[in-house]
Amino acid sequence: MSTPPRAIDLGMMACHVCRQVTAYTEDRHARCPRCGNTLHARKHASVSRAWALLVAAAIFYIPANVFPIMRTQSISSRDDNTILSGIMELWRAGSPGLAVIVFTASIIVPVLKFLIMGFLLVTVQRSSGMVARQRARLYRFVELVGYWSMLDVFVVAILSALVHFKILSRVEPLPGVVYFGIVVVLTMLSAMSFDPRLIWDNRKSQ
Amino acid sequence: MRPFRHATFTPICDHRERPVAAFDRLDGMQRTQNLIVCEHCDSVYRRRSLARGEVADCVVCGAVLDRHQWLGVDAQFALIFAALIVFVIANVSPIVTLGLSGMKAATTLWGAVIAMWNDGAQIVAFLSAMTLFFFPLGQILIFGWVLWFARKGIRAPGFPLAMSALVRVKPWSMIEVFMLGTLVAVVKAHTYFDVVPGAGIWAFGFLTLLVTVFSSLDPRELWDLTAEAEA
Repeated sequence: MSTPPRAIDLGMMACHVCRQVTAYTEDRHARCPRCGNTLHARKHASVSRAWALLVAAAIFYIPANVFPIMRTQSISSRDDNTILSGIMELWRAGSPGLAVIVFTASIIVPVLKFLIMGFLLVTVQRSSGMVARQRARLYRFVELVGYWSMLDVFVVAILSALVHFKILSRVEPLPGVVYFGIVVVLTMLSAMSFDPRLIWDNRKSQ
Repeated sequence: MRPFRHATFTPICDHRERPVAAFDRLDGMQRTQNLIVCEHCDSVYRRRSLARGEVADCVVCGAVLDRHQWLGVDAQFALIFAALIVFVIANVSPIVTLGLSGMKAATTLWGAVIAMWNDGAQIVAFLSAMTLFFFPLGQILIFGWVLWFARKGIRAPGFPLAMSALVRVKPWSMIEVFMLGTLVAVVKAHTYFDVVPGAGIWAFGFLTLLVTVFSSLDPRELWDLTAEAEA
């Protein structure tokens, strides 16, 4: 089967919100005749926005991991946990299976997102035609798993609300969890700003 | 359920034979109605109706172009209505109750939001309130609103706005992550406390299932199923 033509080559574009197909226009203020949202063939300033948000996320990722995210206090002890030490404690004392899930959501997913988004942005900037289909798949993976990193943030929220036994036992959120929440939102925004159509645009080879 | 069969759409025309200007021959919106453009790579296809269980993939990039809507508008409305009821139960009942030497402590979703706010993590409180309450609730209410009118084949007042909101809100609804987070919190707390699961945890579990079902529905299908109400 031959390769299907692309909308941009046929003088068409599709609304990014409702998918209505219209004639191509350079007009930045053109609106979709059906849903009224702004029409654009490619997301505006996609690469620079995605880079800016990704770099910001990477910066916040440092305090998110260095600062503790949760304090467990009882009469005899006070215990501050970072993301990593929390996972190790869950591995030892709770359930190794859940520890693996939390490790995946809090450590592997964010790191993979940084690597994949960085790789996608660099290859798009170099107009690389290399492994386009695989890169498209990587992008869909990032979009699919991105928000699962909020897992640890919600765990801290629930425990802080639950463990409120005055001086006997108390769980409190610490600044790390705020940074981590910000990291997740910034990486999601970065992935949303990236336009996967760019993977298929201006390829040098082929 | 039957496994998905993969279907393909016909490319609109052969790129090499007829470059550019294919749009000139299509006049107005009517004739573009049956075209579908891949959101991930910009390839253009002619749309055809899919049979039950079929999913159309883009032959270029492999992204899903369109899937068969296996639920009719009435069934979708019933589903959304069920989701609304379960959402209310999930939010008013305690999720879990902890026991420590005779004392008891329980929390709801809003209890967690307020605890984060009071303990100096206002950003987290805001994120939780948005992704676990306002966005999912908004999604349910807006989808319900447009479906209620779509049952009669007409577009609800504010239809374009509602449809755009649905598309934009979708990625920010995180009920399923919260569900898993609750399980992790229960296991962590179990080491030190007696844990009694409340009605809320079951409601959230059920809501997770409903959310999974209705995230497989594409509300944009309603553009084709409804017509502008006669003024």
